Amino acid sequence: MSILLEVDDLKISARKDDDSLLPIVKGVSFKVARGEVVALIGESGSGKTTIALSALGYTKPGLEFDGGEVRLEGEDVITMRSDHLRSLRGQRVAYLAQSAAATFNPALTIGEQVTESSVLHGILSKEQAHERAKVLYQALELPDPERLGRRYPHQVSGGQLQRLMAAMALCGKPDLLVLDEPTTALDVTTQIEVLKSFKSVIKQEGSSAIYVTHDLSVVAQIADHIVVLYAGEVQEYGTAEQIVSHPTHDYTRRLMHAVRPPPAAGQGDKTSSEHKRQAPALEVRNITAGYGRKRDGTTMVTVLRSVNVSIERGQSIGVIGESGCGKSTLARVVAGLLPPTEGEVLLDGQELNPALAQRSRNELQKVQFVFQMADTALNPKQRIDRILGRPLEFYLGLKGKEKRQRVGELLEMVELPPEFAGRYPEELSGGQKQRVNLARALAASPEVLLCDEVISALDSIVGANVIDLLRRLRQQTGVSFVFISHDLSTVASFADEIVVLYAGRVVEKGSTDRVLSPPYHPYTRLLISSVPELRVGWLEEAMQTQEAQAGIDRLVTLTEIGCPFFDRCPLAIKDTCDQEAPPIRDLGEGHLISCHRPESEFLH
Amino acid sequence: MSETQKSMNPSRQFDELPDAPPKRKIRLSWAGKIGIAVLVFWAIMVVIGPSIAPYHEAEFLEESLFIVPGSDEKYPDTDFQPPSRIVLLGSDYMGRDTLSRILFGARTTIGISFIATILAYLIGVTLGIAAAVGYRFEYRGFTIIELDTVLSRLNDALLSIPSIMLGLVMIAALGSTIPLLIFLTGIIYAASVFRIARSLGQEVMVSDFVEAARVRGEGLWWIITREILPNVAMPLATDFGLRFVWVILFISALSFLGLGVQPPMSDWGSMVKENLPGLIYGSVAPLIPSLAIATLTISVNMIVDDISAQTGGKLAKRMIS
Repeated sequence: MSILLEVDDLKISARKDDDSLLPIVKGVSFKVARGEVVALIGESGSGKTTIALSALGYTKPGLEFDGGEVRLEGEDVITMRSDHLRSLRGQRVAYLAQSAAATFNPALTIGEQVTESSVLHGILSKEQAHERAKVLYQALELPDPERLGRRYPHQVSGGQLQRLMAAMALCGKPDLLVLDEPTTALDVTTQIEVLKSFKSVIKQEGSSAIYVTHDLSVVAQIADHIVVLYAGEVQEYGTAEQIVSHPTHDYTRRLMHAVRPPPAAGQGDKTSSEHKRQAPALEVRNITAGYGRKRDGTTMVTVLRSVNVSIERGQSIGVIGESGCGKSTLARVVAGLLPPTEGEVLLDGQELNPALAQRSRNELQKVQFVFQMADTALNPKQRIDRILGRPLEFYLGLKGKEKRQRVGELLEMVELPPEFAGRYPEELSGGQKQRVNLARALAASPEVLLCDEVISALDSIVGANVIDLLRRLRQQTGVSFVFISHDLSTVASFADEIVVLYAGRVVEKGSTDRVLSPPYHPYTRLLISSVPELRVGWLEEAMQTQEAQAGIDRLVTLTEIGCPFFDRCPLAIKDTCDQEAPPIRDLGEGHLISCHRPESEFLH
Repeated sequence: MSETQKSMNPSRQFDELPDAPPKRKIRLSWAGKIGIAVLVFWAIMVVIGPSIAPYHEAEFLEESLFIVPGSDEKYPDTDFQPPSRIVLLGSDYMGRDTLSRILFGARTTIGISFIATILAYLIGVTLGIAAAVGYRFEYRGFTIIELDTVLSRLNDALLSIPSIMLGLVMIAALGSTIPLLIFLTGIIYAASVFRIARSLGQEVMVSDFVEAARVRGEGLWWIITREILPNVAMPLATDFGLRFVWVILFISALSFLGLGVQPPMSDWGSMVKENLPGLIYGSVAPLIPSLAIATLTISVNMIVDDISAQTGGKLAKRMIS
């Protein structure tokens, strides 16, 4: 195989205020052969995106090349003139950003945007480009390739848009693709759909690729070679097979350790009964809620339908489902941000006022909400001591020395040094911010903590640390956790009960062990089989299963009647499932499955 | 941590890496520095200008000053005289010292504009933030109308009237006094400040940290003063600079039309107007006040451009409206 791209002792530095240079990438070398996928893997801050962008001869503002060479077919792109660079970018090397939703212009048709760069570079005529786009749509297994080009970005699903971005990059037949975390923000089911078509199209087109990610199990599916990075230095470099099966470096092992095992029975925590009281800590009864309240009290879009959940003190309950299933809506109802149209929320057996403004301070204190994005949930203009001190002052009336002392204790609780009290959020890393975010919720001494996707935005090692912290806090404090996530393996390792939501309805509910062992609801089965496993070749196997073939590449649709999972279900019964609401089957020990099929026919 | 401790504690070996280097402090370019120098110069002139001026702003220069030694002309012209040692920047159409009038005028022009801009900000930001927090008038749980709607439509109405026309009509009706001039300019410019404060406030209002404060049960006042204002202060401060420039030009334009500051008080805008005939005689009298307006407004613009270029393009875009 001939070498396409050669990165040789690449050094990139940031220029600081005093004009001194801070090295970001410290002498990285690797090669990309033709037709090969090389993965750059590491945590945020390891320089992986910076290195990937250097293949386009580009650095982010504030950074500059400080040495070494990046040779594309023997030609150094770092020293290339800007007019040569312009013809290189998009033509010979194409870049795929993380978020397709942010990449596409909502005002132009998909076809225009996919073909734009190759027409602009003069590689293809407009007609040729559209023909080529159709071939690519087919290769990416997108629906209706003939007419897809005339649609607008909002008319396709997130996963389809992500694949269309690949079509956009591949349209001009580039030699090299640079993919920057293209599946990180996606649901598990969408992730494997996108991974699969990326893999097949790269093979079909024979192009090379640099794949940037922090997720080792994703990389194992798609890469030929893996470069493991930490703090701008290569820690380990080898074939995917070797790195995944026989990692030699400490850091690689740490990364492997952070990959949670596939969800299975026996991973969940057990609730100790020491904190138990008569009434459940939190009970959600018959909640129906949605958005766009109408005059008659109903809603334009009804997201949750008759949801029942109850949590004992000290218990942690996992709520899972893909995006659009109503997980966050449930949390917002409990927090009082969205008053439900029907049903009630009970705290300690006492009914809570549906609207936030009418709840007493005491009730507010008991239920605390931990937001998903710590970056946006902390006021950038407040110091950490102010952020943590406010709930202490507001709920507990602490002042002065007492407050300062408690802030110190809280920081210690989330394993942050006490000096952090004097810092601003932007001086903290993503994981540290998430810890402060948690500490703020804990400051109120709550009884129920609502955690909305708290680790989804963190990379694997940082996320694993936060999960460990949560587990410890739970044992220490006896707080009940509602843990919302689309990532089943995270939930499996933390929750002792799982509620599976689909399109606003509870489809399965029970202890972690029962939910994660057969019999499964078909939707639970789909979620379980979509979690990537850390071995080469898993993707091909996963795509062969019947639930994957029926359920992948479909949207969550909210329906009024019948079972909403009908159109994605391998076991759907025509004229029954789409017409009648499924009965709730009790399989004993509180394990409930909502399905028309009897127990014996459930997937195993 | 020393090297030995590091190796003894292997779990700390791969510490979490910070996301991004801390934000850079604002460093002004040479353009911004020049802008600041000019601005500081005019600020000093506002304070000490009248006391270092060689003559009073309304003082007619004595003809005897202009008698050339050895000449027998007893009564030489005093108007539109070129710069000389007697009048450093020449004299105006009525034979007054241009330099003195510029120095006195600095106080009038900059002072009125500054107070008017502050007034515009007090009104605009108060109402803008009030609109942004989304207060609703409710009746039995249903929204009758939002405060935002009421304020925004009133604001649209105000914005739809050309500001100079509004100024002309009001002044024609009520007469030209300095308090009225300040009040009127404040109201007219409050409309555009309102729009910016509202859109900045709305952006912060939907952020997660405001939602976190609402879930905590914080009152509106706390949310406005602790969560919203600190986050809109910087962009508003930058906008203040630009708005100030426009107010100077507006007041100068009114004075130019003869409706602003009334004689014999000097003001840069009216100085340009009064001395326009001087252009025919090649006098510098109309050019000097024009230059003063230009240096002040351009310097403020240079500072604002510099700051907004470093705090991200979004701000600059929004301020064009």
